[in-house]
Amino acid sequence: MKFTLSWLKEHLDTTATVAEIVDAMTMAGLEVEHVSDPAAKLAAFTVAKVIDAVQHPNADRLRVCQVDTVDGRKEIVCGAPNARAGLTTIYAPIGAFIPGSGITLEPRAVRGVISNGMLCSAAELETAEESDGILELTELPIGTPAAGALGLEAVIDFEVTPNRPDWLGVAGIARDLAAAGLGLLKDTAVTPTPGVFPCPIDIRLPAPDACPAFAGRLIRGVKNGPSPAWLQQRLKAIGLRPISILVDITNLITYDRARPLHVYDAALVSGGFIEARLGRAGERVAALDGKTYQVTPEICVIADGSGAIGLGGVMGGTSTGCSETTTDVFIESAWFDPIRAAQTGRDTGIASDAQYRFARGVDPESLVPGVELATRLILDLCGGEASAVVVAGETPTPRGAIDFDPAYVRQLSGLDVAPERTLAILTALGFTVDGRRVQPPSWRRDVEGKADLVEEVARIVGYGDLPDVPLPDMPRAVGGVLTARQARIRVGRRALAAAGYLETVGWSFTARHTASLFGGGQPKLVLENPIATELDCMRPSALIGLIEAVGRNAKRGFKDAALFEIGPVFAGVEPADQRTSIAAVLSPGAAQRWDKAPGDDLFTLKADLLNLLEELGAPTASLRTAQGETAAWWRPGRAAELRLGKVAVAAFGEVHPATLKAMDVEGPIYAFELWLDALPEPKRKTAKTKSALTLSPLMPLTRDFAFVVEKSVAAEDLVRAVIGADRVLIAAARVFDVYEGAGVVEGQKSVAIEVTIQPRDKTLADAEIEALSSKIIAAAVKAVGAVLRG
Amino acid sequence: MTDLATLETNLAARIAVAPDTAALEAVRLDALGKTGAISALLKSLGAMNADERKVQGPAINGLRDRVATAVAQRKTLLEAAELDARLAAGRLDLSLPAPPRRKGAVHPTMQVMDEMIAIFAEMGFALAEGPDIEDDFHNFTALNFPPKHPAREMHDTFFFPPDAEGVRKVLRTHTSPVQVRAMQRTNTPPAAPWIAAGQAPPIRIISPGRTYRCDSDATHTPMFHQIEGLVIDRDIHMGHLKWTLDQFIARFFELEGVVTRFRPHHFPFTEPSAEMDVQCDTSGGEVKIGQGTEWSEIVGCGMVHPNVLRNCGIDPDEWQGFAFGFGVDRLGRLKYGMPDLRDMFASDVRWLAHYGFSAFAAPNPASGLS
Repeated sequence: MKFTLSWLKEHLDTTATVAEIVDAMTMAGLEVEHVSDPAAKLAAFTVAKVIDAVQHPNADRLRVCQVDTVDGRKEIVCGAPNARAGLTTIYAPIGAFIPGSGITLEPRAVRGVISNGMLCSAAELETAEESDGILELTELPIGTPAAGALGLEAVIDFEVTPNRPDWLGVAGIARDLAAAGLGLLKDTAVTPTPGVFPCPIDIRLPAPDACPAFAGRLIRGVKNGPSPAWLQQRLKAIGLRPISILVDITNLITYDRARPLHVYDAALVSGGFIEARLGRAGERVAALDGKTYQVTPEICVIADGSGAIGLGGVMGGTSTGCSETTTDVFIESAWFDPIRAAQTGRDTGIASDAQYRFARGVDPESLVPGVELATRLILDLCGGEASAVVVAGETPTPRGAIDFDPAYVRQLSGLDVAPERTLAILTALGFTVDGRRVQPPSWRRDVEGKADLVEEVARIVGYGDLPDVPLPDMPRAVGGVLTARQARIRVGRRALAAAGYLETVGWSFTARHTASLFGGGQPKLVLENPIATELDCMRPSALIGLIEAVGRNAKRGFKDAALFEIGPVFAGVEPADQRTSIAAVLSPGAAQRWDKAPGDDLFTLKADLLNLLEELGAPTASLRTAQGETAAWWRPGRAAELRLGKVAVAAFGEVHPATLKAMDVEGPIYAFELWLDALPEPKRKTAKTKSALTLSPLMPLTRDFAFVVEKSVAAEDLVRAVIGADRVLIAAARVFDVYEGAGVVEGQKSVAIEVTIQPRDKTLADAEIEALSSKIIAAAVKAVGAVLRG
Repeated sequence: MTDLATLETNLAARIAVAPDTAALEAVRLDALGKTGAISALLKSLGAMNADERKVQGPAINGLRDRVATAVAQRKTLLEAAELDARLAAGRLDLSLPAPPRRKGAVHPTMQVMDEMIAIFAEMGFALAEGPDIEDDFHNFTALNFPPKHPAREMHDTFFFPPDAEGVRKVLRTHTSPVQVRAMQRTNTPPAAPWIAAGQAPPIRIISPGRTYRCDSDATHTPMFHQIEGLVIDRDIHMGHLKWTLDQFIARFFELEGVVTRFRPHHFPFTEPSAEMDVQCDTSGGEVKIGQGTEWSEIVGCGMVHPNVLRNCGIDPDEWQGFAFGFGVDRLGRLKYGMPDLRDMFASDVRWLAHYGFSAFAAPNPASGLS
């Protein structure tokens, strides 16, 4: 919403500066977005008078002028054909920056004659798009600032919050500023003009839900034409294009009183009636914006005997629009349902000044005053005589009065405001106070309860007066505020960062076709209105964004990457379908090392995953590696799930080359995804003591075993069997060699295991060690059919 | 006697010139070995009479001891020299690079989340969470957005297709639906254990998480992060709200006396509503908090609207309180100076390494929050 200081002063008697007004608006809740001040831009420019102008000695098209300026008599070279003696125009001194041409004036000889300044055109001052010669002004004192001489003034642009449609009129802004102490509100009520003949146009309202009330009047014998300068100036200052007096008056009142109006050329209205009804299938309206709109039964149209002639509250039609030849004008001042006006705006894509106001709610009591104000202006500017005012229907009933104790201001806001001040503020804002009953004004349909009244008082008193009051102490948990799960996420994040992974935050959505590569892409998870097609579907896995990130980084020359993300993944739209994923990718791409040590591989990633699980407090000893049943985006034979019982807590492996190809990413990429919600919650124990630790004084000893097993046997199963052979004495079993080839039968492999034996209460005798070895071998044979290698 | 003296002279000369421990060992064997010269002399003592032995015994034993000592001394010298030589040969070029170790980092938005949680935890706020895909009731209706109200349009909501009953879910446009979940006590437990359940007032929670609006430019991304706060008690008013946010701003930016400004605003779910600005200077192209004469909007807030309390089954005549909502990514940018919001979600490894935080920089009140 834009307005100028002079316009505001039509409603507010004030001496405040633009800066003071902007500040007061901001502190009263009218958030100023921009102030454009031509006076600041044109500060260097002043009125001057050409005393003498003679032909330049060396140039046909130039004149040498003697000019009386604020800096005294100056000799100025000018190329404009209208530079002549006696002309009052605008002077720019040496050093001035000319906004229209982007240059700063320097004292410079023009064809041998020094020019001591410049005489300016409207285009050079950016007050017109183009201009023909220098400005020609009426006689004004020399030195008058250009902005004032040209009638330019500051334009204030501010954001109108949806609860305050009354701020879409300058009168509403003035009311709040007056209440805030910036001046006195002027009485701008209009004396009604009596009608001298009955209104010949009948108003019908067959759809009271869409248009419950409509006031109108006909004025005959008007003479339309271009608006007077003051009206054009007022509209142009806020960026509106003057059209004709009749149309300009409706725009003026729209911005002055937040009261949209429409004017019809009554001679073009057929059937002698105007009705506001719902659209009919097949109807079309050629609107004033030059476009033709298909009407639906959801849209409120204005119709006459010929059918739909306008979109009610949104835009008028060309068939009945006013023109230079209009002599009889019909004024419409109606009230349209805000929800329908908003919907029609969305459906048609029209965001007109009228639609914007009706969608937010126009003052229901402004119908007749709107007609009267338009009447006054039309009669003044176009002549003619007015019919009686016709009013059809009824506006929505106002909200009831609110029971309000002024002490509630302090209770809710903490501000100490005397009850008299509270009541004075409410009164200044148009509320009617009767004891404890407060009736909001008709234009404040947003006010529905006592909290709203507190806001009115508080914002006028000023939020700057709010006290600083510490929060009261509150009994709280001694163990911190995070749940075990929330604490786990923080540990996981820092464990992975410590392990060398860079944390990313990826979009929760991805492309549907990519989602389908990872088991997602179900229609119910596809957004109806995505920001882009590559972000149109909720992700089933956090790996997607990580793999894509590896690809993007590689294309920039950074192939080597270790990335992770902790975030939501979605199996459906229900709350329980959302899980928290901790996912990581490893894309080894570092240069070869000078010591020939091997780089990162899948087992590096496995170690990082197990370390993470350890940090998260997962029972890692109970995890089983389930290989061969993994999802389609994993490379066959190089991926597995880690399970606790039957529950998969994580999957890891190498990403399938076909998946990578479909995503245009080069492999290999090793990855894991851990589903936090699948991990059992660690128990929060009341006692914080750890279990007792026994340090054996006896040296542990190691024995090596080489077993031959089928190639398909999981090493984990063999190790598990070995450890299970004696849970008391065997402290650890570690694979230290895997061998296939000469000496081992085709289809089999040799797995060498170092077993650590921890004697418990006495050193073991050779025979005891022998017996233990036999148990180990027997367990391996039983579990996986292993044969001790000779 | 001359024999012994000659022998000693010879042996001493050979020991002195033995070039290495092997040569020295050969000399030692020649003198003191089983068949060595001195060993032979010692054996000859047995065949001597007592008088001879009295003279020859000490002489030969003395010779043996002197030679043994000389060998030992020479051996120490030679061993030291040999060690020096061996170590000299084993020199490593220590300017060679150490094996590369990956350097991980915590994303700045998550670091800022942790900082904020640490500050609010000290004020007694617990964490509440809710789903990213919400229903209309929790995201809008309960929060006093009437159906089809223009305020809904301002939220640029992402929608899912309608279900069999024609009901469309949305991506939450703010984390306020979590406040509804925390306030509204129902007969059924939450759909998942991590989702906030309704609790009886007094309530003091923050709800961090991802939020979504279909908007994209240098200062808007279709996904962003919020931390919202909610305090419900009997006599909580705007003065408490102001104190809480002022405390937070001072601690978060670690600046004494940052000037803030409260001004009225409008949100459907608060009444009165406010926005808080923080003093800043943007003249140098970067935002400097706590300096200059400009204001940067930093948080929307207000007293919880009586309709919201009612919608959640709380009597607004008995309980009242405030709510606020921070944009986490934006706060992070203001504090740490990331120029473009979109970079935060672009996963460029150079950006992540530069703007990320050490794993060990977990915010805590003892060492400071940043």
